[in-house]
Amino acid sequence: MPTVEYKGKVFEVDEDGFLQAGLDAWCQEWVEYVKEQEGIQELTEEHWKVINILQDYYKKNGVAPMVRILSKLTGFPLKKIYELFPSGPGKGACKMAGLPKPTGCV
Amino acid sequence: MALPKPDELLQNVNLNRTPSQHWMDIKTEFKPGTYCYAVEPQVMKDLGLPNLGSWQPHDEKWPLPENWKEIVRDAIKTRMERFRSFKLFMDICVRCGACADKCHFFLGTGDPKNMPVLRAELIRSIIKGEFSTFAKLFGRFAGARPLTEDVIKEWFFYFYQCTECRRCSVFCPYGIDTAEVTIIMREILHELGIAIDWAMKPVRFSHFIGNHIGIQPHTMKEIIEYLVADIEEITGVKIEVPFNKKGAEILFVPPSGDYFADPGIYNFMGYLILFHHLGLDYTISTYASESGNFGFFNKLELAKKLHAKIYEEAKRLKVKWILGGECGHMWRVWHQYHNTWYGPVNFLEVPKSPITGTVFEHAKDNKIIHICEFTADLIAHNKIKLDPSRNDHVIVTYHDSCNPARAMGFFEEPRFILKHVCNNFVEMPENTIREKTFCCGSGSGLNTDEYMEMRMRGGFPRANAVEYVHKKYGVNHLACICAIDRAVFPALMNYWVPGVDVCGVHELVGNAIVLDGEKERTTDLRYRPLKGKEEEV
Repeated sequence: MPTVEYKGKVFEVDEDGFLQAGLDAWCQEWVEYVKEQEGIQELTEEHWKVINILQDYYKKNGVAPMVRILSKLTGFPLKKIYELFPSGPGKGACKMAGLPKPTGCV
Repeated sequence: MALPKPDELLQNVNLNRTPSQHWMDIKTEFKPGTYCYAVEPQVMKDLGLPNLGSWQPHDEKWPLPENWKEIVRDAIKTRMERFRSFKLFMDICVRCGACADKCHFFLGTGDPKNMPVLRAELIRSIIKGEFSTFAKLFGRFAGARPLTEDVIKEWFFYFYQCTECRRCSVFCPYGIDTAEVTIIMREILHELGIAIDWAMKPVRFSHFIGNHIGIQPHTMKEIIEYLVADIEEITGVKIEVPFNKKGAEILFVPPSGDYFADPGIYNFMGYLILFHHLGLDYTISTYASESGNFGFFNKLELAKKLHAKIYEEAKRLKVKWILGGECGHMWRVWHQYHNTWYGPVNFLEVPKSPITGTVFEHAKDNKIIHICEFTADLIAHNKIKLDPSRNDHVIVTYHDSCNPARAMGFFEEPRFILKHVCNNFVEMPENTIREKTFCCGSGSGLNTDEYMEMRMRGGFPRANAVEYVHKKYGVNHLACICAIDRAVFPALMNYWVPGVDVCGVHELVGNAIVLDGEKERTTDLRYRPLKGKEEEV
């Protein structure tokens, strides 16, 4: 299992760099690590709004919300989400929030 | 590794070059973008299947069990005895090569091991080497080779570089079905604990939750209510969706991609609009919430198990018959495996359209029909009120999704529907449609991101045909009846033919249906302005 080390913390990740243990291993350092990877200058309230909504939805539903629902819940159109997270809602936002990758016909 | 640019990707593909080495001497190279990740061990453990622990295909040494050779030999022998198809396909190939240039992966890579004839030879040579005394004596001259760890790596690489689309079998004079060979080879690898993550996680989800994505009942209901709210906003009509309704006439089983992923969700809205328009007595199950069957891409026993839950649910809900959504491989399972596994179903009725009275005799064993047959029958009887001009912003071509096309012979119904709900329908070239349709390049559980280079290569022939009609006729929509298609075509089109959107057939049906009491529509189901209504939106 690949691992990444950041500011003294060791994270187990999957092949695409998603947090293996999910929300259980999620912490401030992880957020900073993904921020750096994503090349995000500064985390704003808007970033945190997306992260919080993703985590709340995941805790309730066991899956990440589909993009359209994420847009509705945050009030951000998809374009805006890409501005916030350059790799997009999955590989950017979900990764930072500690959610797993989606599966199936998606 | 970054994906090469479209004009660079196929630069080195030469379909006429013979490699300088004998094929048996060429070792498999695992380059990023050309293979899928190995399955996470916990997935296999949860399902009670053998696993190799944590490993990846690019590892130099694979952690095969000590007795791996014995396992493989037994696995081959069992299948040679059990499946006459497999034994026959191993025996009868005359190496005529008619299949060679019919495979989309060969056309996109130029790799001879992607010629279906050689793909099958990867196992045929081992059968000879392990089980034939004559071939053991003469070795390579008799087409035999020994079973080594490199052979296992090669099998993994090439049997997960076949999408089980069966285009090659259309051209084979003997009817050799390479998909059957691939299915059996993936099973054999499974016995060693070798599988891919992307094809197995959906199996676990479907097994424990009911669909590939892992959507639980409350989430499914909530998502569909979101879609219903969008329909109301667009049409002004509020639709009720029945969930788990006992005693409903029809159980509708869609692929989960249609109520989770873009652009499948628009197709789902189309289904809901149609059912509402008809006043259909149907129900959606939050348990049998998946028509697709990723078990089929791994192991027949897994497929059989996942298939069964749909009938269990039909029995529990006491419905009369089952209606299936626009899903691809589901129809191969239903048409070509169901009866062998379970025989005719006796607790349901032969599907009969409550609107037209048409009895679907051909489904008298399985008791399930495809939504396109259902809708085509409605249109033929003039039972749906349609305004095709609401799709005038669409110039559509139809991709025959491999399994409904080649496994069902399902060619006319989707076209019949499209021609009635759209005013602009165009065919792609003759050798790329109907039974000769080209695969999306990502089917059979290979629709994963890490496989993107190979997906773009394998999808090239299809994209090339789309490009032709895009340039010649201005085609801007590619319609298909498979959820994997809808999931992977957007990436393929974006790469090869930007400017072509992907949709299901019923999305366009939903746009065209004129509902009772609806308001004047200004947008389609994607909130795009209708032709002539650009100013109003």
